[in-house]
Formats: sequence, C-alpha cells, structure tokens
Amino acid sequence: MKSSLSIRKYQSFFRLRFIQGLQYRAAAAAGITTQFAWGFLLIIAFSAFYEADPAAFPMSFQDTVTYVWLQQAFLALFNTWMLENEIFDTISNGNIAYELCRPIRIYNMWIARSLANRFSRAVLRCSPILIVAFLVPKPYRMILPPDLGTFLLFVLSLVLGTAVATAFCMLVYGLTFFTISPQGVRVLFASLVDFLAGGIIPIPFMPDKVRAVIELLPFASMQNAPLRIYTGSLPAEEVKVMLGLQFFWLIALVLIGSSLCRLAERKACIQGG
Amino acid sequence: MPKNYRDKNGDVPTNNATGDVSKNTMAQDESSFVAKKTSALKLWMRYIGINVRCTMQYKTSFFMMVLGQFFVSFSVFLGVYFMFQRFHSVKGYTYQEVLLCFAVFLMEFSIAEMVARGFDSFSSMVRTGSFDQVLVRPRNEVLQVLGSKFELTRIGRMLQALLMFVYAIPRCGVDWNFAKVLTLLFMLIGGTALFSGIFMIYAAFCFFTLEGLEFMNVFTDGAREHGKYPIDVYGKKMLFFGTFIIPYALVQYYPLTYVIGKNDNPLLIFLPLLALLFLLPSYAFWRFGVRSYCSSGS
Repeated sequence: MKSSLSIRKYQSFFRLRFIQGLQYRAAAAAGITTQFAWGFLLIIAFSAFYEADPAAFPMSFQDTVTYVWLQQAFLALFNTWMLENEIFDTISNGNIAYELCRPIRIYNMWIARSLANRFSRAVLRCSPILIVAFLVPKPYRMILPPDLGTFLLFVLSLVLGTAVATAFCMLVYGLTFFTISPQGVRVLFASLVDFLAGGIIPIPFMPDKVRAVIELLPFASMQNAPLRIYTGSLPAEEVKVMLGLQFFWLIALVLIGSSLCRLAERKACIQGG
Repeated sequence: MPKNYRDKNGDVPTNNATGDVSKNTMAQDESSFVAKKTSALKLWMRYIGINVRCTMQYKTSFFMMVLGQFFVSFSVFLGVYFMFQRFHSVKGYTYQEVLLCFAVFLMEFSIAEMVARGFDSFSSMVRTGSFDQVLVRPRNEVLQVLGSKFELTRIGRMLQALLMFVYAIPRCGVDWNFAKVLTLLFMLIGGTALFSGIFMIYAAFCFFTLEGLEFMNVFTDGAREHGKYPIDVYGKKMLFFGTFIIPYALVQYYPLTYVIGKNDNPLLIFLPLLALLFLLPSYAFWRFGVRSYCSSGS
C-alpha cells in the first residue's frame, strides 16, 4: 500500500512535467528544422566518404543513413548535454531546501522529471523528422526494421538507453552539490561524453582498438545500442551483449547516483539566503 | 593633424585644443571623421578591457570554460581524425588539406564569436529592455552591443585551430609563398566578417521575435561543425547556396583550392574579401530592426 502510494507521487511528477513539456511547440518546430538540416549535412558528408572508398565502410550505407536519421529524431532521449538548468539553479540558489522538506526522495523526483522532459521533447520532435526521413529519395531514405522482433528489441533498447542517459545526468546533478558551480564541468563532460557515445561519428567508424574499449563504456549504452539494433544487421549474439551491458550500466549508474544523492542530502550545506 | 594625434594618444582635450578644432572644422572634415573612428575604437577597447577584467574575477571558471571550449572542437577533430584513419581522402582532399580547411574555418568562427558575442546573446538585451539604455546613449548602438560582451573563453577554440594549423601547414604539401599566405590572411578577415554578419542578422531577428531563433544555429554552429570539410564535399547545390546566398564558399572552398594548388587563378586570392560585402545587407537588416524596435522591458 505504502509503496504504491510513493510510486504514484513520482508518476504525477512525471505527468506534470510531461504535459508542461508539450507546451513548447514553437521551440520544437525550430529544433526540428535544425535537426533536419544537421542530419542532412551529416548524411551528405557520409555519402562523400562512401564514394571515396565504399569498401572501408564499417556499416552498410543504408544502415548509416538510418542511424543518422534516428539519432536526429530521438536526440532528446539520450543526449547528455541538455541538462536541466532548473536543477542546477535549485542547488546553487538554495531552493533545494524546499525540496528536502517534502516527503520525497530527491533522486527519484529528479529521475521522474528528467524522463518526462526527455519523452515530451522526443514526442514533439520525432514524428516530423521520421516522416521526412521516410520520404526523401532513395539512397538517403531511412529503412524499416526487418521484422517485428527487431523492432521490439529496438524499443526495449531505446527505453534502456534513455534510462542510462538519465541516470548518467543524475551523477552530474549529484556532483553539483559538492562543486556548486556547474558550468566548466558541464562543458568539459558534455563534449567528451557526446563523442564517446557516438554522437559525432557512429562508434563503428572508430578504429577497432578504440572501438573495443568504447563499446564497453556506459556511454555506448545510450544511443549506440538502440540505433544499431534497429536495422537488424547485427548478429543476435551482439544484440544480447549490448542489451546486457545496457542493463548492467543502468543498475550501476542508478546505484552510484542514488547513493551519491543520499550522501549529498546528508552533507549538503544549503547555499543562498 | 594635431587633433588626430591627440585622439590616438587618448589625452583629454584641453581648452586650447578645443579652440584649435573649432577654427579648423571646415578644413578638417576628413580628419574629424578619422578622429571619430579612433575614439570609437578607443571606447571599444575600453569595453573589452572591462569585459576581460570581469571574466578574470572568476579564474577557475574561466579556465574550465577555455578547456571546455577546447574539447568541444577537439572532439570534432577526433571525429575527422578517426574518419581519415579509415578513408584516406574525401572528394580528392587529403587529411592534411581537410585539417587546413577546418583550421581556417574554425579560426574565422572563433574570432567572430569572441568579438561579436554581444550579438549572439542579444535576445536577453531585448527581452530585459536594456537595449533602451543603449539607444539613449549618444553612441553608435552597434559599438555598444559589440562592447557588451567579449567572450575571451573562445581562445580555447582558437587554440584548437592553431594546433591544427601547426600540424597541417607544413604537411599539406603546399609550396608556401607570399600569395598563399596572403590568401590565408584574407580568408581569416573575410570569414570573421561573414560570421559577424550572420550573428548580426541573428540579433536583428530578436527585434521581431524577442527570442533568439534556434534555426539560425544551422548557419552558425552548424556551419562551424560541417564546414570542417570543403563545401563541394556536400555537392553542387550546397556549393551554390554557399556562394550566392550565405557566402561561406568565398572564405573557404574557393580560396582553399588556390592555396592547395587545385586552381591557379590569382583572382581567388582576393575573393575572400568579397565576403566583407555580406556585412552590408546584415547591417541594413539590423538598422531595419532597430527602427522597428518596440521596447518590451520593464
């Protein structure tokens, strides 16, 4: 009884944020044009490389195109650089004190609202991009997953990837309790993590040795896993390993993050006045 | 002549000197124009000085930001590096040639971003109404907006560009001579002007929308990110766009072909300077925005 009540609290946090996120339609429209142009330029650049040496391509051209379109469509789900300023503000201006008074766990509440933010953004943005991606002329067109099973695995992996990315962001918020000024750390982390996650070039395009290491890191469990499972060209074994890693990192990051937050709640000294 | 001298040295005009000027105004129209410019430059330098000292109050934050800016570009560089580990050329450009292109473009962008950052963050000026303050001051509003922000942290990006220059210049197989160095210099000048113009247009939009328009990012951040490859990599249509609509190609692709010896037409040396003309429509649009500005602040 008690646990179902406590889950309901976080559900309503989620719902509130989700509805709030859906209000920003103009911002979404602007974001869509940006992401569409971005994806298009990326794909043309890849096609120029493909012309230069098709044999050196680590994935099929179609898979690469699909990877880029999916990445642009679901960017809001798993990017780690779009952190919430509101959370940083409550920590640095001391409003966190009010949150601490409430009968809720800070960690769970932040997870709920971050997930809600990500999903509402993605819901607004993904469909126009996907529609265009399915309509553009052939070599640049996105493909459908080969069968229903692959699609379901993709959805599972997408949800896990979103959760891993959110759990990672929780670490950054938790650390802010101790460093107060988030700016520098944020920019520094953002670019490195984006690269390691396969945001700049897909991980298969990296040299084999680098790739072997990067694929094991938590960052590869964010966008890399779902976007590559989608096309169905990965062997079943590899898909299993990827999903396993996603589960593993999700649990690990949540454990680290929640204990960090608990520590912060006990030790934090409230800023501001 | 004496007036000119005085202004450059930044002395406060004495009574004697003022009398001098009033006697010679008719004859020295030209020199008073120069004096106006130099005093504007002096004021701008003063603005910069204040901004830099302001930034330096938070030294740790500053160094973290510089490092962060460096890594933002560095991760893009890593992407290029890894791509060229696998592919050895793209559209006939070698790795070193692409790096040269990336370095020039990134440098152009970073200088413009550092100097014209006031335009980039102009939306807050319109929203809070502090642009009203700018308008009541007896100085040019462009100068004041430029002076409102000077983003010194962008030297992180410049450092990245510089490192790529140091690596690419001796290795890109270019037989460096005076004309080619001059071309590179003109590219930097033209490119900085071009990006400043784009920032100015971005700011001018804020007069009508109050918010910065996110799609404009495609022309600034997007161009920086994707301009690492010469524009013709993106095909004929993009080259057309980059030549006649927003002239990126004038400061990137065309002069680059001259520098790396793909095209020997000496006219290409001066082509980047044509990008300076982009400032005209940008400024016209800005003026149009200022004229239709309607204060929103409280």
